[in-house]
Amino acid sequence: MDRRFPFKVLEHIFSFLDVNEDRNSVSMVCKSWFETERRTRKRVFVGNCYAVSPLKVARRFPKMRSLTLKGKPHFADYNLVPDGWGGYAWPWIEAMAARRPLLEEIRLKRMVVTDECLEKIAASFRDFKSLVLTSCEGFSTDGIAAVASTCRKLRDLELRECIVDDLGGDWLTYFPETSTSLASLDFSCLDSEVKLSDLERLLSRSPNLKSLKLNRSVTLDVLASLLRRAPQLVELGTGSFSDELDPEEISKLTKALSELKQLKSLSGLWDLLPEYIPVLYSVCPRLTSLNLSYATVQMPDLIDLLSRCSKLQKLWVMDLIEDKGLKTVALCCKELRELRVFPSGADLDETDVTLTEQGLVSVSEGCQKLESVLYFCVQFTNAALVSIAKNRPNFRCFRLCVMEPFAPDYRTQQPLDEGFKAIVERCKDLRRLSVSGLLTDKAFEYIGVHAKKLRMLSIAFAGDSDLMLHHLLSGCERLKKLEIRDCPFGDTALLENAAKLETMRSLWMSSCFVSFGACKQLSQKMPRLNVEVIDEHPPKTRPDSSPVERIYIYRTVAGPRQDTPEFVWTIHKNPEVGVSRLSIR
Amino acid sequence: MSPEEELQSNVSVASSTRNIAGVLKEHNYLGLSDCSSVGSSNLSSLGDDDKATISLKATELTLGLPGSQSPARDTELNLLSPAKLDEKPFFPLLPSKDEICCSSSQKNIASGNKRGFSDAMDKFPEAKVSVYTEKNWMFPEAVVATQTVVKKEVSQNVPKGKQSTTNNSSSPPAAKAQIVGWPPVRSYRKNTLATTCKNSDEVDGRPGSGPLFVKVSMDGAPYLRKVDLRSYTNYGELSAALEKMFTTFTLGQCGSSGATGKDVRNETKLKDLLNGKDYVLTYEDKDGDWMLVGDFSWEIFIGVCKKLKIMKGSDAIGLAAAPAPRAMEKPKMRA
Repeated sequence: MDRRFPFKVLEHIFSFLDVNEDRNSVSMVCKSWFETERRTRKRVFVGNCYAVSPLKVARRFPKMRSLTLKGKPHFADYNLVPDGWGGYAWPWIEAMAARRPLLEEIRLKRMVVTDECLEKIAASFRDFKSLVLTSCEGFSTDGIAAVASTCRKLRDLELRECIVDDLGGDWLTYFPETSTSLASLDFSCLDSEVKLSDLERLLSRSPNLKSLKLNRSVTLDVLASLLRRAPQLVELGTGSFSDELDPEEISKLTKALSELKQLKSLSGLWDLLPEYIPVLYSVCPRLTSLNLSYATVQMPDLIDLLSRCSKLQKLWVMDLIEDKGLKTVALCCKELRELRVFPSGADLDETDVTLTEQGLVSVSEGCQKLESVLYFCVQFTNAALVSIAKNRPNFRCFRLCVMEPFAPDYRTQQPLDEGFKAIVERCKDLRRLSVSGLLTDKAFEYIGVHAKKLRMLSIAFAGDSDLMLHHLLSGCERLKKLEIRDCPFGDTALLENAAKLETMRSLWMSSCFVSFGACKQLSQKMPRLNVEVIDEHPPKTRPDSSPVERIYIYRTVAGPRQDTPEFVWTIHKNPEVGVSRLSIR
Repeated sequence: MSPEEELQSNVSVASSTRNIAGVLKEHNYLGLSDCSSVGSSNLSSLGDDDKATISLKATELTLGLPGSQSPARDTELNLLSPAKLDEKPFFPLLPSKDEICCSSSQKNIASGNKRGFSDAMDKFPEAKVSVYTEKNWMFPEAVVATQTVVKKEVSQNVPKGKQSTTNNSSSPPAAKAQIVGWPPVRSYRKNTLATTCKNSDEVDGRPGSGPLFVKVSMDGAPYLRKVDLRSYTNYGELSAALEKMFTTFTLGQCGSSGATGKDVRNETKLKDLLNGKDYVLTYEDKDGDWMLVGDFSWEIFIGVCKKLKIMKGSDAIGLAAAPAPRAMEKPKMRA
């Protein structure tokens, strides 16, 4: 008698599973559940594009409609990964184009995307709706034009912080006159000007456009006219906000902004001049997200703006906000969930920008819902960290960057061990942590003991010895991504905790003391890890004991990759073969 | 001996000295570390060790990130600065408001003044200012240099000519030790903010090649303003514009709806105020040195001016007087 659960019923139940983690768990129960799950998964997420082959993914999920891929290691954002390392989108696009022509959405992060890729996308997926590229590079505006012109059902075209070969603003003209499906357009990272008339026409025929992020070349004097054509906007990224307007233009702009009744998110605001802040007052009370991180506005102008944003949930700002401004945020923005304070570099100019640890303490006191923080500050204290932890045990993401490497608690000259101990002890739900300042092995012992839900950890200039790494790898059970730079640990901890590495997505280490010999050993020991040595000096020419510049270790079922450049060596599994650089173009 | 053991005996790490060593020797981790054995984390001895190593390290020509040492050490660094001043000759400069001064001031001479001035005025450790100025951390080339070595570089760059040809602000003459990718700010963000200051820096000598925005700050003013230097043709116009702009501050008002254009009445008041308080206009040039506005011709000025600052005359008089005593001290320090 067939005791299996009917496929159709199972399928129906699984259709309620949105979260891929749940789907992953479900698929490991038994074979039939695996089969049912894979046939029903629509949104596929691959956190490391080299962990699995595109072909396998294409075959496994026949109903795939959305594919999200991440390529380069996170530290590539900070120039620690040399150009040409990898992360090419092409093999994926090619594989999907051949096997999954019903694919509708592609989201790529930190990958190399060429015009060829974009043209392939345009040509292959007839229902293609959504292209979101974050921190990608390798393509030009020609590729964008191809997507714009060919994808008739295009809904989202978002280029977030990409490096694009900008050949001019013509790409905008490639949206066919008949296309009315656009819901989200983000070209904020492009440099060149688009023609106003083209943009106006596009807006006029896009009644579904909810999100529009302009680039800096769009001047302030044309903003009003654009907004009048898109009063339904929910997200707006303005262009430059510094051009001179006469009083009449100002009042037109003010009115146009006040007409945006659904606006929840505001960004752009490049070079925002203080005298234009009142223009924004009408949208403030509705805003849930405000990105001032490119607005070089200082105090006290910011107070007028922030005090009106009572519904704000997400605030990105520069350190020009100072402690005073953050106090205002603590008083007025009671719904705040996420705060990011970026360095402007102005704190050491002649104008005194006083952003200290006190700012973050105030916000942690006043904003009960605060759960995610990125804070750049010159120095910090243990006392502040302890207060912050006490105030906000609900942190899920805590990233503190004390900008002076090795900076101790500036009041007590002690390491910041105790401060971070408080954070990991109290914040039981902490998923992501970045530490900085002077830290000894003790700090990592605390993290290993307490941060049981930690997924991602970033460390720089910290620790004393191998113990540091050992504490982390043996303690943090849920650790998935670990990135370390300039820390003095070596081989022992790495080799002892080798098994742990297969439970993680990736480990990045640069400017540490790991030797080439250890890398070889690790690779031989762990067949399902790719141990990549990124070093301009070929390891073969150096003794086994010499340290390597950078190591990127990640689990994979796809074996060593075939597209490594000359400065990347994948340690071969077969000790006789030794180190190889498999480069097949 | 296994590779690991060999490695560990070479690589020795101790708390305080390692901290500095780790930063100082970015590319020379192995073999150059001169610290005690692995695993020691005796921070209690930080204070004593620190002092000893401070004086040692401070005089050593090493690869260093100035400002990375704890605040206690900054005093040590400050002691170094007079030594650096040696390298520049000094001339007294009279404060002049906005006339074109025909002094024979060469750049290096003026920079000598300015060195003294910036020490006196900014009250930052030299090192900190130079490391964390906007440009430096935004362009994370792995430029690693020492304090003393870099100072020499500055004085060498300076006689290159009045108009600096180094448009490329990614390698400013004042670049001090750099760490790649630190602070961890995305390249995209750095480039975008850099464009803001590049726009204000761009000097290619071509007229009408776009606005040349520089920040203007004023002592006691709550925030900075920006002016487009290309929209003026001489010092007089600039001065008038600045006077208009900063009326609001001196008269205690905040903000207005227009970028320019104030009450004539206010303007007169401001002039009196300015004259009464004897405000002086200074600027920061491409080398990061502060100079009095008026030394060079207008064309040259807009070529080198990075930032403007309106200072109280009393502070500027300090500027003029500063060089003289230092000039006298100088021979002693050389000896």
